[in-house]
This record gives sequence, C-alpha cells and structure tokens, in this order.
Amino acid sequence: MSDQTDDRLILLSPKDNVLVARVPLGHGEPILIEGIHVAMSAPLSMGHKIARRDILPGDKIIKYGVPIGSATASIRPGDHVHLHNLKSDYTASYALQPAQTPPMPPHGANRSEDGL
Amino acid sequence: MSDRKNTPLSGYQRKDGRTGIRNLVAVVYLVECAHHVARQIAHPTSAHSHIIGFPGCFPNEYAQTMLERLCTHPNTGAVLLVSLGCESFNRHKLEKVIADSGRPVKTLVIQANGGTRSTIAAGQAWVADAVARLARTPKVPMKISDLVVATVCGGSDGTSGISGNPAVGHAFDRLVAAGATCIFEETGELIGCEEIMASRAATPALAEELRASVHKAARYYATLGYGSFAAGNAEGGLTTIEEKSMGAYAKSGQSRISGLIKPGDVPPRGGLYLMDVVPDGEVRFGFPNISDNAEIVEMMASGAHMTLFVTGRGSVVGSALGPVIKIAANPQMYERLREDMDINAGRIMTGAASIAAIGTEIYDQVLAVAAGATTKSEELGHFEFILTYKSFDPIGPSCLPV
Repeated sequence: MSDQTDDRLILLSPKDNVLVARVPLGHGEPILIEGIHVAMSAPLSMGHKIARRDILPGDKIIKYGVPIGSATASIRPGDHVHLHNLKSDYTASYALQPAQTPPMPPHGANRSEDGL
Repeated sequence: MSDRKNTPLSGYQRKDGRTGIRNLVAVVYLVECAHHVARQIAHPTSAHSHIIGFPGCFPNEYAQTMLERLCTHPNTGAVLLVSLGCESFNRHKLEKVIADSGRPVKTLVIQANGGTRSTIAAGQAWVADAVARLARTPKVPMKISDLVVATVCGGSDGTSGISGNPAVGHAFDRLVAAGATCIFEETGELIGCEEIMASRAATPALAEELRASVHKAARYYATLGYGSFAAGNAEGGLTTIEEKSMGAYAKSGQSRISGLIKPGDVPPRGGLYLMDVVPDGEVRFGFPNISDNAEIVEMMASGAHMTLFVTGRGSVVGSALGPVIKIAANPQMYERLREDMDINAGRIMTGAASIAAIGTEIYDQVLAVAAGATTKSEELGHFEFILTYKSFDPIGPSCLPV
C-alpha cells in the first residue's frame, strides 16, 4: 500500500511501477517501499526513478499511469531505473559518456619524447 | 464573460486591434553579414531596441513570414531594417508590411550607406529618435482576454514534469477560463501523449490533426536519429522521450484544445492551442528547432506577448521582443541559479507548496509582467533570438474549428 511508502518517494499514479525521488538518496540508505525495507543499491539524485516492484525484461515501465518504455533487464524493488535497464519504444535516448582518461594516444603517433 | 478581476492592465494599441505589453524598437539584420552593424546600432539603447534577424543569404518563405509577423508583433513599436544589400531576403516586401501596419520603419543598406561606421551612426540616430517617440505613446486599457501567453520547457529533468510543468498547466487553465489565448508546442516532445491529448480536442477532426502532428514529429525525429532529448535530460533522471513527453504535456493543463496552429498563425480567439513546430514534407534543413529560443520565437510570431519557461537543469535565456518568466522546477537548481529564476516551483518537490499555490503565483506573475513588471531575464539583458530555415504547408480547415 502506498501509505507505507517513504514520503521521500513520489507515486505519480497508482498504476505506476516506479517511484520518483523527492530528495537525493545516499548509497545504502534504508527506504520503505510499500511496507518493504530496502537499502539503496546506489546513490540517487532528485527526480530519478526507482522500481516499486519486480520488473522483468520486456515489461513496460509505467509512470504517470502510462508506458514510458520497456525494461531491458530484471529490476528489483528499490533499484535505480534508468538508461541501463529502460529503453524508449520510440527513439533512442542520447546521453554523454564520461571522456576516457587518460586520453588514448593518437593512432600511429609516436611523440612521447617530451612526455606531452 | 472573461475577466471580472480588478487587474488594471494597460498596453499599446496597434492598428490591427491587438495590444502590446511592451513598446520596443526591433533592429533587424536581413543576413548574417549585417548582424554586427545591427548589434552596434542597438547597443546604446539595448533595453529598448532588440535585435532580431535571419542569417541566411538564400530566400526562405518561412523566414520571410516569421520576420513579417515579428515586426508587426503587438510588442513591436518601430522597426529598423539593416541590409547588407546583396542578400536574397525580400526587404521591400517586409518594409511595406511594416509600413502598412502603421509602424515607423526605415531600411539602411550598408552597401549604399558608406559602410559599417556610417550605417551604425545613421542607425543609432534613427533608433534613438524612435525610442524617444515610443516613450511618449499613451497606453490604453487592456483585458486578460487580450493576452496571448506561450509556454516552453527547456533543460528538463525528472522534476520538471512533477512541479513546474503541472503548475504552468494550472496557470494555463485559469488564463483560458479568463478568456486569454494560451499556446503550447513541441510536438516532438508529445510523443506517446497523442491519444490522451486527442481526447481533449474540440472536434473529432481536430483530434485527428493533433494525432497526425505527433506522428509527423515521430517520423521526422526517427529520420534524424535523435529524439528531442538532450544529454542533460538523462543526467536529470529522464530516461526516454515518452517520459519527457508526459512531463512536458502537463504544461497544457486540463482545458479543451481549441485548435492546432503553425508558426506565424495567429489564433482567432481565446482558448488553448497546440503549435506544430515540425516542418512539413521530407526532412530538410536539419533539426526542427535547434534550441529553446527557436520555439519561443515561433510562438511570438503567433502573437504570444510573453513566455512561461519551465526549467529543471537551469536555463538562463530570455527573448527579444517578449518577456520570459523563468520557473525553476528543481529546488536545488533554484538555490544555485536564483539570480536567473522568477518562480521557485521546486517547493512542490520538497512538499513546501502545492501545485495550485505555485500555479496561482505564476498566474499573478503573468498579470504583473503584462502590467509592466520586468522579469529576471529582462533585467539581465537576455534578449536571445534564433531564426533558421524551415518549410511548412498551410494548416487545413479542421485545425481551427469554429
């Protein structure tokens, strides 16, 4: 029942299988989802989603009471739901990846003499 | 029926019957090559003379229409056109449209006017005189039902669709009920919402047009390979375009949808209108709108006096010719960027305010800005403008049911 859910989490529609973080949540922080105690498996920023219940690959993710895409992996209650386990049913989402560090040397270049 | 409130609105009467909430000089470059001269001309009077223009050298019917609408926008009181001289833009037609609207207009051609320095001097003198004359324009009473208000969301995150966008929807419902005209847009960010949106259409034929506009956007973006989805959206907790769409859709409120318009179409009466901003025909000229200001410009070309801009990540833009009210959806961002934000809808996230309370705050702010109060972006001199190449077919008769 939703009244046994943490008030740091928002349920936008009773049909939803995800909850939205009202505040940032830290890694390992205990949260309450429909009467079940879960520890956060990763830190979560405000506005991000976690699963409200078990979700299987191919299941629709429901937010605002409507599908917002399909699961690409098994998701446990409390898991972060994002690009790694949810994809659009329309067009792919684009996200910046962190730049590789240290940068790869230019292919075929051999200019290590000065260490730059 | 409309407004019974004692809000003493007043504005600038234009010959076409519309009323402006600002009385600005538009300084218009007709090709990028004239942009520097236009910028220098407007600089000494930059709070009163805003720069708009079109960078392309080759003709485009859409760009011609957009500049005609903006130069005869209710907030525009006088216009200076700055031409290099050899570009393709039809400055003669533009000047005639402006003159026919009853506004003072002057064209300076750099190649015929002695060059950069001479044109800047002549332009600054003309604009200084125009600004002084416009300052003496008497104001007339204005009703809420005369107002045209647009909304856009930019730099969205997981908070936008929960706090700022529903609060704008609440304000839109009140404005529409008071007889105002409200415009929402970006069909590429309504993907997945087409059926629920169509159920709000005034007629079944309009419902079909609304659905078709979203399907067109989905096809267009599929060809481009990217949805209307930026990297910062994902960082802010949005995962898919459908999710972003549902949040964006909340800006439209609950009112019946009265019509579908395209950029430059002026809504015939009060009500809620969807603007279809995705070009018609095969994919040409690239992305429909390369950034948020392109959409603000298109809604202003349809008569919007001001824009309600909801942002989660924190956009800082304003607009030439029309005030932009910035609504922070995310309370953490509001604290970081409060010098740029007009309203803190992030209080909905933290539970400190209801959607209705923030909606009322937005509604009150709309009336204050219409009455002359300045927004943060106006105070900061944010008068951005973008106009690029596009092509549209005219709307069909079922888009504006009687």
